[in-house]
Amino acid sequence: MDKPFPAKVSGTQMKAESHHMFCKWRGSAWLLVCGLSGLLAAEIAYSAGSGFLKIPFVEVIRIMIAALGDGRGLDELGTVVVLDVRLPRILTAALVGGGLAVSGVVFQGILLNPLADPYTLGVSAGAAFGASLAILGNFTLLGVWSVPALAFGGAATTLLAVVYLASGSGDFSSGSLILAGIIVAAILSAGVSFMKYLADEHVGIIIFWLMGSFASKSWADVGVTATSVALGTALFFFFSRDLNLLALGSRAAGSLGVAPRRISLILLVGASLVSAVCVAVAGVIGFVGLLVPHMVRSVTGPDNRRLIPVSALAGACLLLGADTVTRAVLPQEIPIGVITALIGGPFFCVVYRRRHRQRGG
Amino acid sequence: MPMFALNAIDFDYGPKAILSNVALTFERGFFYGIIGPNGSGKTTLLDLLAGHLRPRHGTLLLEERALARYSRKALARRIALVAQDFRIDFPFTCAEVVMMGRYPYIPRFGRPGVADRQVVERVLQEAGLTDLAGRHVHRLSGGERQRVVFARALAQESAILLLDEATAHLDMHHAIGLLNLAARRVAQGALVIAVMQDLNLAALYCDRLVCLRAGKVVASGAMTEVLTAAMLHTVFRIKARVGHSAAPPTRQVVLTREAV
Repeated sequence: MDKPFPAKVSGTQMKAESHHMFCKWRGSAWLLVCGLSGLLAAEIAYSAGSGFLKIPFVEVIRIMIAALGDGRGLDELGTVVVLDVRLPRILTAALVGGGLAVSGVVFQGILLNPLADPYTLGVSAGAAFGASLAILGNFTLLGVWSVPALAFGGAATTLLAVVYLASGSGDFSSGSLILAGIIVAAILSAGVSFMKYLADEHVGIIIFWLMGSFASKSWADVGVTATSVALGTALFFFFSRDLNLLALGSRAAGSLGVAPRRISLILLVGASLVSAVCVAVAGVIGFVGLLVPHMVRSVTGPDNRRLIPVSALAGACLLLGADTVTRAVLPQEIPIGVITALIGGPFFCVVYRRRHRQRGG
Repeated sequence: MPMFALNAIDFDYGPKAILSNVALTFERGFFYGIIGPNGSGKTTLLDLLAGHLRPRHGTLLLEERALARYSRKALARRIALVAQDFRIDFPFTCAEVVMMGRYPYIPRFGRPGVADRQVVERVLQEAGLTDLAGRHVHRLSGGERQRVVFARALAQESAILLLDEATAHLDMHHAIGLLNLAARRVAQGALVIAVMQDLNLAALYCDRLVCLRAGKVVASGAMTEVLTAAMLHTVFRIKARVGHSAAPPTRQVVLTREAV
């Protein structure tokens, strides 16, 4: 099986097709980005027109174009439905999908584990704890932002606790991070269960929040999500080559010019904050951050410079698609977290199983 | 002018001293072996030389300038490291992994140039990996994978190559193949410093040996002077004979079952 070492190397023996092997996906990565952007735009337009009140495609486009100008001479009701009701929800869903997908890429890259996801370090458990606390304690100091603010606070605090626990050993290994995440998440889940038990008539609200929803999102939600997802994605893209090197292990990465500990910490905190914002805005939506990087990696290869932008777009398309299905296609709205788990879970089982069979064979 | 000059180097992890009062020099054009029992501080010494760890005390100079004053990128152009074990869970191809050795020369968002690709091609060929260039590293055998890591280090085109038990898990064919690549670099004027457990391989390749025990340098110098039955007795606590071999001119250790 092993190839022998060549006895002597002739220096001029260059192969022409090897140029091809370094930039095999360069062209198609651009193609993918363009294709997915087009798909996303089409999805947005389709989704804005569908729902209880059907609005023709052309009318949707006209409303959107008019909104960029001064918006005169259009059907009042249609404009309100598209611009104030549907578009904020649509854009939030797309942004959260993109945010969760790029965070997933980063977590998988740093934890050196293709099965990691944005919630591996307990971000979702922390957010659930914060949100439950806000709902149970009737915390309304910040108006509509009360629950998201506490959810974000819970997620950020959890992250700090996990990083603190994992760094105790001196180094920052993926094993100790994952273990610390599991421990802290287990404690917080028990706390959430206890609060559900105490909540009486509020228990429905807590459960509904935990399952995730994009219903009644506002332009403010879009703004907050857009800012954090855009900043996060830019940060991850900037460090994407370093993330490639970290896949070789921290010593090898260090000898290739990366400060492994510092880069890991920056990227972990960044990815956790992006997913914390996503969870605070939309609740706990599983499988997007796990599945999308997987699917995209099988197309683009593992190079994070292609993986990150393509995953952002694919995640946006996927979650917006799922949200449109539950909002406008199904006879009754099902919580988005349930949909992603119902579709994503079995799909992931197939992917995982196939991977193992390939490895074993 | 020595490449590395170490003087009065101390290192510890908390209360436990790992290296104490290490003074050594390493020169271009030589193959150095670092030998010693488990836990004697060999890997720590290599990590200090690579710049991954900083000494607590003492001076560590690379080309007469403090190692700590080099940027990581500058170090990556001068020093390449091959570690013992390499596991990768992502489907990078061999060519992609070897190309990572060129990253210190390519701007963050730049593309590899013609020169970078030529280096990778040459190195793949030297390591006998040309036919495997498009294969995924996580599907390769252990020997092939270690060759990829070796090729990546060679692609860094650094004057210094550090090997941390780089051939420990390999069969003799692969071990000798890789060490021949390192020896070829030495012949071209590079400096190779290899942590080795196999004393016979060390004797076969190293010009000079540094012997560590409990964090102290107990012997350093020409291989023929360091590798003696007395040293094996006191440092490795084994009874062994050291035989002379004329062709190739080297020493070979003949082990016995007696421990000391």
